[in-house]
Amino acid sequence: MDSTPSIIANLSPDDLETPPLSLSELARRRFQRHKPAIFGLIVLGLLVLYALLGPLVFSENYSNFNDTSERLQAPSAAHLFGTDSIGRDVLARTIYGGQISLMIGLTAVIVETLLGILVGALAGYYGGVIDSILMRITEAMLNIPELFLLIVMAKYFGGKLPEVVVFGRTFSGSVIVIVLIIGLTSWMYLARIVRAQFLSLKENEFVLAARATGTSNFGIIFRHILPNSVAPIVVSATLGVANAILSEAYISFLGLGVQPPTATWGNMLDGANNYLESAPWLWFFPGMLILLTVLSINFLGDGLRDALDPRGRVQ
Amino acid sequence: MTRYLIRRLLQGIPLLLIISFILFLLMMNMGDPVATMGGRRVTRSVDYERLKRQLGLDKPLIVQYVYWLIGNDWTKVDMNGDGIAEVPGTRKGVLRGDFGTSLVNRGVPVMQVIGERVPNTLILMLSGEVIVILGALVIGVFSALRQYSLLDHVVTALSFIGYSMPIFFVALLLMFIFAVLFKRWGLPYMPTVGMFDPQVGKTFGQVLYHTVLPVISMSIVSLASYSRYIRSTMLDVLNQDYIRTARSKGLPRRSVIFIHALKNASLPIATIVGLDLPFLLGGAVVTERIFAWPGMGRLFLDHVSRADTPVVMGILMIVAVAVIVFQILTDIVYAWLDPRIRFD
Repeated sequence: MDSTPSIIANLSPDDLETPPLSLSELARRRFQRHKPAIFGLIVLGLLVLYALLGPLVFSENYSNFNDTSERLQAPSAAHLFGTDSIGRDVLARTIYGGQISLMIGLTAVIVETLLGILVGALAGYYGGVIDSILMRITEAMLNIPELFLLIVMAKYFGGKLPEVVVFGRTFSGSVIVIVLIIGLTSWMYLARIVRAQFLSLKENEFVLAARATGTSNFGIIFRHILPNSVAPIVVSATLGVANAILSEAYISFLGLGVQPPTATWGNMLDGANNYLESAPWLWFFPGMLILLTVLSINFLGDGLRDALDPRGRVQ
Repeated sequence: MTRYLIRRLLQGIPLLLIISFILFLLMMNMGDPVATMGGRRVTRSVDYERLKRQLGLDKPLIVQYVYWLIGNDWTKVDMNGDGIAEVPGTRKGVLRGDFGTSLVNRGVPVMQVIGERVPNTLILMLSGEVIVILGALVIGVFSALRQYSLLDHVVTALSFIGYSMPIFFVALLLMFIFAVLFKRWGLPYMPTVGMFDPQVGKTFGQVLYHTVLPVISMSIVSLASYSRYIRSTMLDVLNQDYIRTARSKGLPRRSVIFIHALKNASLPIATIVGLDLPFLLGGAVVTERIFAWPGMGRLFLDHVSRADTPVVMGILMIVAVAVIVFQILTDIVYAWLDPRIRFD
């Protein structure tokens, strides 16, 4: 018992103090404690592997190859997920459809984030007339349910773009249309978040200091204020990917999205309710893949919010 | 409060103008309404020109918008194609309550076309909303009271799944289980198409029977997110001092939870319900399409695909007005529920 004080007395002050954790270390620990987020990350990784490694087994031509004598075959050893109404292999199509759906999700969010940051930053930083105009437009867009806007825009741009070739693969122009319209109809919430961030951050001393040293408005917006509001943007963009994949699924399900033969998880479901009874595998597999993807992205986004932006939870 | 309301109403006017102009621009490029009018093809180019002229579709976009907005009875229009405007216009314009006539159902006023469908959509939306609110209250309160119990974790996981489900996937699954499989197993099964069995007629029982699956599919997404929300507001309230006071002075647990706590916890929910209600229409588009339900959502899809601008604009403006009205109503209700809120 009496030796304890001497051990402590012999320790230098540095040994007594644990080194403070860095912000990123704290965030990483919070993220790792969030079990659903880890689950989401793993499932999402598997889904990406599924879409990226699948082409080693099936060629794209095979996924678009239709053999009408093999139409509406139930799942079997030859066709694990069965065949669709014109005899294409559903498994191969979910692989190539997955590539397109995931790509649409990611690129649409890039469009959404750029627009949202631009509108939010300009409105929040400059205030006044610019703020009023931009926020009225934002409100106007928020006043129409997203799906209605998507349908109207899909009809507006539908069939106007030619096919494009990227990485030696041909995509129907409708892929780009879908990416654009999903981006154009979903930036509003992010713009509001960014605007709110800018409104409070621009009152800080470091902005005053930057201005005093002659930094341009552009520099203040993008180099000084924006990096400070990255956390809510990352969280919102992550959840935005889930939303974009859902939007693509809805609009393609209604037959206004990506046009065949290019497969997406959404357009594989178009018309599947005609085969509700006779061929449930037509809608079950793509539907499950959409559900799994959206679910794991939502878990991931929830974990990121806890890790990066703990105050963002309070609604 | 009155001044606040007047200001909100006045703010709504420019908002609606912006919305209507953006949508009108988009609608104008949707394809040729004359080409598919009334399901017939107009083959002769003379007829085609005449129809376009009579419908006013040959005018510049901005003129068409003005006619749509304030009507054309103050000016003369050219009907016979000689380049001279000789007949006074007949349209009164949206601002005077005239939404024009449908291009697809020739000559039927837009409000009549939409009016026939509105009650059907309201049946789905309102019964859906009742289920969502009641269900979310039960689930949310229950999992807040048993925070971190097994049941709470199960509910959390289920609500994440529900929240991530596309409506059409829920609908297809429900249809498959309750219509296809139940039929196969010889159990009583649910109908999947339409509002009533034409052989029985549109009776209350029939409509109720046909509402079950569409309403459940529409509700699941909202039910999942609302119950999470109620759980978190309930947890917030349960940790407050006045709840501890109520407990310590010996009030029965039941009355502490359901009277003291739930009353305050449900305040923010009033806001969410009010703001979300008009947006359920978006979900109705998909649900009505799958279940062949003759509501506004399906009307919208059918008429968008045939570029029927008057009807589509009518539906979109009704939705936009509903959103604004519900925002203002929500503010009023919230101020009435929560005396701490003052609009000054």
